[in-house]
Amino acid sequence: MTELPARTERKLGLVIDLDTCVGCHACVVACKGWNTQAYGAPLSDQDPYGADPSGTFLNRVHSYEITPADGAPQLVHFPKSCLHCEEAPCVTVCPTGASYKRSEDGIVLVNEDACIGCGLCAWACPYGAREMDQAEGVMKKCTLCVDRIYNENLAPEDREPACVRTCPAGARHFGDLGDPESDVSKLVAERGGIDLMPEQGTKPVNKYLPPRPRDRLEAAPPAALEPVADAPGGFLGWLDRALDRLPGGQD
Amino acid sequence: MHPAPSLIAFTTLSGAGFGLLFFLGLGIPGVTGWTAFAFFAIAYALAGGGLLSSTLHLGHPERASLAFTQWRTSWLSREAWAAVATLVVMGIYGAGLVFFEARIVPLGWIGAAGALGTVFTTSMIYAQMRTVPRWHTALTPALFLAFALVGGALLAGEARLASFLMLGLAGLQIAWLITGDRRFGEGGTDMGTATGLGGAVRAFEPPHTGPNYLLREMVFVVGRRHAGRLRVIAVLLMALLPASVLLLPLGHAGAGVAVLSHLAGAAVSRWLFFAEAEHVVGLYYGAR
Amino acid sequence: MTHRQPPLDLSPPVSDEVRKTTCYMCACRCGIDVHMKEGRVAYIEGNRDHPVNRGVLCAKGSAGIMQHNAPSRLRAPLRRVGPRGSGEFEEITWEEALETAAGWMKPLRETAPEKLAFFTGRDQSQSLTSFWAQQFGTPNYAAHGGFCSVNMAAAGIYTMGGAFWEFGQPDWAHTKLFMIFGVAEDHDSNPIKMGIGEIKARGARVIGVNPIRTGYNAVADDWVGITPGTDGLFILALVHELLRAGRIDLDYLARWTNAPVLVNGDAASPEHGLFLRDDEGRPLVIDRRTGKPAAFDAPGVRPDLAGTWRKAGVTHRTVMHLIAERYLDPAHAPEAVAGRCGVPAERIRAIAAELARVAFEESFEVAQEWTDFRGETHETVTARPVSFHAMRGISAHSNGFQTARALHLLQILLGTVERPGGFRFKPPYPKPPEAHPRPHARCAPEAPLAGPHLGFPLGPEDLCLDEAGDPARIDKAFTWENPLSAHGMMHMVISNAHAGDPYRIDTLFLYMANMAWNSSMNTRGVVEMLTDTDEAGDYVIPRIIYSDAYASEMVAYADLVLPDTTYLERHDCISLLDRPISEADAAADAIRWPVVTPDRDVCGFQSVLLDLGARLGLPGFVTDDGAPKYADYADYIVNHERRPGVGPLAGWRTGKHGPSHGRGAPNAAQLENYIANGGFFLAEVPEGARYMKPWNRAYQDWAVSMGFYDAPQPYLFQLYAEPLRRFQLAAEGHGERQPPEHLRERIKATLDPLPAWYPPFSDGHADPEEYPVHALTQRPMAMYHSWGSQNAWLRQIHGVNPLYMHPDLMRRHGLEEGDWARLASPHGEITVPVAAMAALNPNTVWTWNAIGKRKGAWALDREAPEATRGFLLNHLIHELLPERGDGLRWSNSDPVTGQAAWFDLRVRIEKSKPPEEALPVFDALASPVPAPPAELKWKI
Repeated sequence: MTELPARTERKLGLVIDLDTCVGCHACVVACKGWNTQAYGAPLSDQDPYGADPSGTFLNRVHSYEITPADGAPQLVHFPKSCLHCEEAPCVTVCPTGASYKRSEDGIVLVNEDACIGCGLCAWACPYGAREMDQAEGVMKKCTLCVDRIYNENLAPEDREPACVRTCPAGARHFGDLGDPESDVSKLVAERGGIDLMPEQGTKPVNKYLPPRPRDRLEAAPPAALEPVADAPGGFLGWLDRALDRLPGGQD
Repeated sequence: MHPAPSLIAFTTLSGAGFGLLFFLGLGIPGVTGWTAFAFFAIAYALAGGGLLSSTLHLGHPERASLAFTQWRTSWLSREAWAAVATLVVMGIYGAGLVFFEARIVPLGWIGAAGALGTVFTTSMIYAQMRTVPRWHTALTPALFLAFALVGGALLAGEARLASFLMLGLAGLQIAWLITGDRRFGEGGTDMGTATGLGGAVRAFEPPHTGPNYLLREMVFVVGRRHAGRLRVIAVLLMALLPASVLLLPLGHAGAGVAVLSHLAGAAVSRWLFFAEAEHVVGLYYGAR
Repeated sequence: MTHRQPPLDLSPPVSDEVRKTTCYMCACRCGIDVHMKEGRVAYIEGNRDHPVNRGVLCAKGSAGIMQHNAPSRLRAPLRRVGPRGSGEFEEITWEEALETAAGWMKPLRETAPEKLAFFTGRDQSQSLTSFWAQQFGTPNYAAHGGFCSVNMAAAGIYTMGGAFWEFGQPDWAHTKLFMIFGVAEDHDSNPIKMGIGEIKARGARVIGVNPIRTGYNAVADDWVGITPGTDGLFILALVHELLRAGRIDLDYLARWTNAPVLVNGDAASPEHGLFLRDDEGRPLVIDRRTGKPAAFDAPGVRPDLAGTWRKAGVTHRTVMHLIAERYLDPAHAPEAVAGRCGVPAERIRAIAAELARVAFEESFEVAQEWTDFRGETHETVTARPVSFHAMRGISAHSNGFQTARALHLLQILLGTVERPGGFRFKPPYPKPPEAHPRPHARCAPEAPLAGPHLGFPLGPEDLCLDEAGDPARIDKAFTWENPLSAHGMMHMVISNAHAGDPYRIDTLFLYMANMAWNSSMNTRGVVEMLTDTDEAGDYVIPRIIYSDAYASEMVAYADLVLPDTTYLERHDCISLLDRPISEADAAADAIRWPVVTPDRDVCGFQSVLLDLGARLGLPGFVTDDGAPKYADYADYIVNHERRPGVGPLAGWRTGKHGPSHGRGAPNAAQLENYIANGGFFLAEVPEGARYMKPWNRAYQDWAVSMGFYDAPQPYLFQLYAEPLRRFQLAAEGHGERQPPEHLRERIKATLDPLPAWYPPFSDGHADPEEYPVHALTQRPMAMYHSWGSQNAWLRQIHGVNPLYMHPDLMRRHGLEEGDWARLASPHGEITVPVAAMAALNPNTVWTWNAIGKRKGAWALDREAPEATRGFLLNHLIHELLPERGDGLRWSNSDPVTGQAAWFDLRVRIEKSKPPEEALPVFDALASPVPAPPAELKWKI
């Protein structure tokens, strides 16, 4: 199982729009809620009301500050979960076969019944996408809501990951990144979607759309406003003439 | 990386244990009977005890047998096979020595190769981790093997060989440490590639103000001065001190001191091996 | 290859049942699908059909399950047994609790109803709570708007008949430029996120004006890191630029606003500055066809913006004249304001040019035939695809009312309001102040108030003063200090009650308002007032009754605690009579219903209030024979009628010929109808009525048919606000009701009928040299007020709140990341951890709001980070301004509305040695609930 499939029929994944993500953490908690009652063991929380609360989350939103040499500093919100890599190092290190990549759609999963909780897969992942549940002793990770996306008990429009369904800003997109004609592939092409840590050789399926350039109004300003008058008296003269030119005016 | 005591104990002790098995497999020292039993008991206690302690950090040790299934891709699985195979082969070989005073030479050689192979698989669990640039080098297996050989030689009572090997080990350790300091930068993974946001990027708010598994497990921060001191202590204890002691005519007492000193130095080295190793995931938390 | 996969069930059952109700994790009121398993709440997601959130849900909403299961939930009514503030209680029965409350209140009603002060916090049932207080007969009722956003709401109503959020929204479908002022996560959160996502997807520009670049401002294409309190100055510079270039919508101004209305120019007249009116009281304009005065709404009239009228030797000019004169003044030029605003003049000019470009050059026509109130029919509506949104950042200042007015002036000059691509009202808005009630405060024993407490004064005659001219209300709302305090002034209740100014009260009755912690300025002072005793050893505020679902800080200060249910255990109605959830194209209301029954001895507060009303025999709460009129809140929601045919819910009423919406008799099955429809009701605005609502006959007729009001009431946007001028006239000495001398000059200066800017008051009291840095709070998107910290999932996201500072400011004070700083204001001092942030106005520090908690509250461990490192800025803010030697203590609030000016805060910063905990430290409260669990694994 820990051998990666030679190829997958589809490459399901997420496209995350860093231009639009407002950093609200909606996806974080929707994920926590769904996966606490769905696939495998619940996502537990230790010391939940105490001095050091710490729980398992499969999706977390970072934030970064960019200080360009020219222009105002910027803040970027950065959701991160499993990228369902084509060359998933977390899968091949697994000694038990618990970690695997599905040949149908490329989703990387953990079969919790076979997981010994050695933690190697989390070490192998450069993205921090895997977290060991402290109550259950098994590795948890994003399942791309594999129990939603094909689930016939859900309405067809709800067959998408919980994080995508809940994202208020529409900053998360789900689809087949192996199909160049899919909406997500077109979005990636159009907006110059990128891989995270490409040098790690993981070939992530999930893509990130970089923020559009910011604070360009002065660099490319609209045509300057031409004064019609500099004093109130002149303005009223202009006003009178302008009113005449309105439909129904005197002209 | 979090310097988990179970992993430090495991890699240090089992390394020395398999090192001893290596020498025993080669017939060094050429012991039989109860003397052989004593040597084998020490080797099995270290190797097997180390293996057992490694299961302490598992979430589900009762499923450990599944770890034999994925030898095609997983170094941990290969380690499991190598360790068990070596222990079985050396068990038969040892039984011959202890109970029949018979040395089955080819079996010893196979066992010796297996012992080094086991240490190699262990080292590859770390060396394969591209995510931990300090580990991701051929020097890592070399270092692990050197530790095993030194530990084995010490335990085997090969004082001169051990002293000689210790100098090599010290050199390897220093090389590993110094080149390791550069390796994260050379790996090319930085906050720019991690986030795709270019160079002038800094972590602002963490995703959660509370701690999490990733930070506990993979983002361990050790002070530079503290680490520097420990590096010196490690090299002194693991090599220079025991080598010096062995040059003195102190007999068994000297050998005992040398073994303890070496193991203590090895443990410090192994602590640093984990504590100084930075995982690239730390970049997402601005921890670098 | 040997790749193998385990079998996997791809269609596991999701839940046993989905129950659709309304979220209450913040004030947004999204629709939620509550997935039930084995009769318990398993998972919550957004309701796709719901008008507010269309399926999405924020972090708070998704974490509702943890709120519902929070260990901080109260378990039974509590009677205080220890001293106030100790947190020592005994659990009692509901019968004892209600008899106690009724026993305290009944004598008050019989002798002096004003001695009951009833104030509610994050209440979404103000239609009921205000009605109850009105029937009780106390003038002392309000909700929390006074410290929330009354500046915004009142400025909107007085200017154009509605403000942002619940009153209206950007036309997301058409807007091409969206500009936000002072918007963090305050309100309307999911709709704003959805809108921003929608317009950014098509490449529309977003401009964010905020000292802090987080959240929406982080995704803004352009960020204006303005100096706090100067938004009005900035906006009026944009107005200056647009006027100077003649880039204003003259046709729109002439037809739909009071820009062409003639203003009495006779300086000697007692009506100087008021509108010239005809005999029927209709404001006059010059009809451009005739050059003669005519009523503004005369059929076919063409109001002349440039008109003047000379009569009896006096020239009367139009509002447009006054606007030109005021804002073309070089004092409003970009160069003149750039330094104070912290925004370069070129930037102001570029933004003005972009606003004009998009409004006028990217305009288009939308086909919608409509007839205006003057009888003219139009084929299309012209788009002005520039939209604005603003919230607390501009309203929580002492110049917030006028700043919000300035923003509306900008919107209207560009012709964007009720136009495609601009700002659109949500039914039942727009409603001008005239269509709202006046405030009522005259009380008498055993009698209801003559009308609602809160309303919109049109002049000094509407103030709530007694015969002696003293404040009639305990919070001094609707007095000369703050005449248009349309939401009351909850933040003044405790300090006034403690001071006995204007009078003493007996019982303070609070609901969902954490006044002993984050909902008060001057927290320690408030705590001391709540526990202060007189010479006889009795509490100065004799009795406190509090209702809350959770063990908040305020619980510890109550004598009697009435435990509320969680939002999943209760009935509620999100009523068009109250705070609506409509969309621009539809009126909507909604319900909550008990998707689970409480597992403890708690009761929805509204049902408790109905019971109390019956025990007290309040009119409207008992039948003619004195029996309780309503069994519970559900019964009230269905059967109460405010006016004949108009009740709390508009959907599925009973008409003459079957079901009817809007108006109709009560329908016993109404709640079932709502539940079957997903918990809400939606009535679409008819096609031809969707834009230009204030002037659109089709809209006005539809609004009447829906019961929003009883007759069409078209009106003009009030660029010049006459009610404000009436207060100025009084300050100038006209009229019978006269302000006290010390307020005359301030009223003249601040109740300006044209939008004006003046520096925040604190600048004149706290020495800007000594306290040079602005300090703000923002609400994080994943946390709502104090509620979040009891939520096991949300508190992991925001468990501590550093003070964010610009790196330059840190350097100047020798501070590094992780250091601690002492922050001092004229009122107090806190010592807190600091962190760097460059995307911030360089002279502003800020932190997340309401993360800090008191030890012992909310069922958290006493060592919880919220209690050891989390902190509040509230300790630095006082409800009064510092003394300045004139013998008076001026209120730290807006002089028009009384809104608490907590964003006016200025501080001094110095490095501090790290204390063991953030300072100040308060004693721990005893917890009224059991210890929380050590681990959570919530799988059903």
